[in-house]
Amino acid sequence: MAILIDEKTMLVVQGITGRDGSFHAKQMIAYGTKVVAGVTPGKGGTSFEEKVPIFDSVRQAVEKTGANTSVLYVPAPFAADSVLEAAAAGISFVVCITEGVPVGDMVRVANHLRTLERPVRLLGPNCPGLLSPGKSKVGIMPGHIAQEGRIGVVSRSGTLTYEVVYALTQAGLGQSTCVGIGGDPVIGTRFIDCLEMFEKDPGTDAIAMVGEIGGTDEEEAARYVKEKMKKPVVGFIAGQSAPPGKRMGHAGAIVSGGTGTAAEKIAALEKAGIRVAKIPAEIPELVKAALAKR
Amino acid sequence: MKIHEYQAADIFKKYGIPTNPGKVAATSAEAESAARDFARTVVVKAQVHVGGRGKAGGVKLAKTAAEAKEVAEKILGMNIKGITVKKVLVAGGIEIKKEAYVGITLDRARQKPVIMVSAAGGVEIEEVAAKTPEKIVKAWVDPLLGLCDYQVRDLAGALFSDPAQKKETAAILKALWRVYTECDCSLAEINPLVVDGAGKVLALDSKIIFDDNALFRHPDLEALRDANEEEPSETAAREANLSYVPLDGEIGCLVNGAGLAMATLDVVKLYGGNPANFLDVGGSSDPKKVVNALKIITGSGKVKAILFNIFGGITRCDDIAQGILTALSQMKLDLPIVVRLTGTNEEKAREMLKGTKLIPAATMVEAVERVVEEAKKKS
Repeated sequence: MAILIDEKTMLVVQGITGRDGSFHAKQMIAYGTKVVAGVTPGKGGTSFEEKVPIFDSVRQAVEKTGANTSVLYVPAPFAADSVLEAAAAGISFVVCITEGVPVGDMVRVANHLRTLERPVRLLGPNCPGLLSPGKSKVGIMPGHIAQEGRIGVVSRSGTLTYEVVYALTQAGLGQSTCVGIGGDPVIGTRFIDCLEMFEKDPGTDAIAMVGEIGGTDEEEAARYVKEKMKKPVVGFIAGQSAPPGKRMGHAGAIVSGGTGTAAEKIAALEKAGIRVAKIPAEIPELVKAALAKR
Repeated sequence: MKIHEYQAADIFKKYGIPTNPGKVAATSAEAESAARDFARTVVVKAQVHVGGRGKAGGVKLAKTAAEAKEVAEKILGMNIKGITVKKVLVAGGIEIKKEAYVGITLDRARQKPVIMVSAAGGVEIEEVAAKTPEKIVKAWVDPLLGLCDYQVRDLAGALFSDPAQKKETAAILKALWRVYTECDCSLAEINPLVVDGAGKVLALDSKIIFDDNALFRHPDLEALRDANEEEPSETAAREANLSYVPLDGEIGCLVNGAGLAMATLDVVKLYGGNPANFLDVGGSSDPKKVVNALKIITGSGKVKAILFNIFGGITRCDDIAQGILTALSQMKLDLPIVVRLTGTNEEKAREMLKGTKLIPAATMVEAVERVVEEAKKKS
């Protein structure tokens, strides 16, 4: 089992003819993801690598191929519109890889998605996507570092997620699904959403949660773990040495007005009974210890 | 992106928010002449991108033009939280009957803009929030509806009871909302919003921070950037499209990915080192990018050892190793360099680094231990 994506995922790639879109479409196909369509306005009727049909719009792609999930590699100025297009076309899960999307755009998109009668889940923006090892990969994560198994991973970062996934794999702890939720201040799917899905997923035994400075989502997730979850969660928080008021690469990774510090988050996690790793390499041990205690 | 008070005041004025007119001066003579034009008591305010100017002595009253000159001389060149004051704003002093706070920012948890008002103006809102949160009245704006009139009435009513002042405040709040949305702000703030001797409501201080991600669609706002407010290394990094934050340690860090970069700094500290910077070099193996990054982090002369922490992922590690070697062949750099490469073809990459001055490491911890040791040898 897995969350969000599996063998039934039928993927449409928005921006499939761009540099990043075409590179990662090939990688996803090679991994075994069912890439059923691509979208680039103006290039409808052609095909990608002579295998995947390209359409002018997501609506056409959904009608012709039955795609249920989309991934976006479109430039930041057009990303919000592409998410809305996918949502309107009947896609139920939209993954936005694009970095640098104006925050105001995402505020409108996130609030709009909540008003829809048919639920549409957004992952990202500014995220590496997700990977259900052995089943499907949507986004840009390197497939070879992961291994099928029963640990769920959820993280705000890209390469730090890879670091953690790789460490788990090397320790013999395979993963059910690895989700990169993105480093922006406003994102679609948040820690709590993933924790809830992992809690319900019969294929997940424990969860590694990788947070960072900025915002209060980790604190809210900690409360959720304490009140609602039975499965063990271990954590790591990046950015303990970040100076206040400085954006640490991710648009959302900023300590502002004294809130969002790593120390606060670590304290909140520990208060909720979550073991917090001091370094990423410590996560597998903590997961093993948590599983042994069950 | 932050801008100066006088620039924010110009934008507020354009949107119809009454402000206290002032003149910008870069020299004490200019400040004197500006004060003479006002022909009354003036306030001389340091124009720097940091809060707490008043506490730092960067805001002073002057009764005469001569006094304004004297005060400006003290403030210009003053160092406030690491930034040298290059300009002052000279504005006519006004009688203040009441001070309030109004500001709009993003509530990340609710994913909606929030307007905050408080009758306790003039102090930092974080301080009010920490000590007397009950004095802050908030309204969350549905971005699909925009700011509603009833919200504006409620907020204005929370600040003032005089009908004319309520009306003026309502108009200011609506204008501030337009600034916030139309200019893609992450913060639009008036602190203090004051009632003057004549009973009129106006913005006595103006603060705007723009969303960096949206600047591409506001070239006019991008033009307000003041590179004097950054360290030269920050300007160079911005121009080279590198995400970079200077810190005060001795270990230069080049990492791919922001999250891994933050974690790397934490691990360096945990193992007794002090990072000199945060830098996300990205996933590419482009030697030019590496050269730029190395120049930026070594520019200060404080760096004693360098750590590359690269999780290759899909990018091949041998490509990255080649990029680093090419970069180093293009510049003179006499510092120990520890390189950790993990991912596709990592063994091949470590093989390539053998016989060079670079010190290969297999894991993040191993690399950090080694670079801390190398830095200690140098000091």
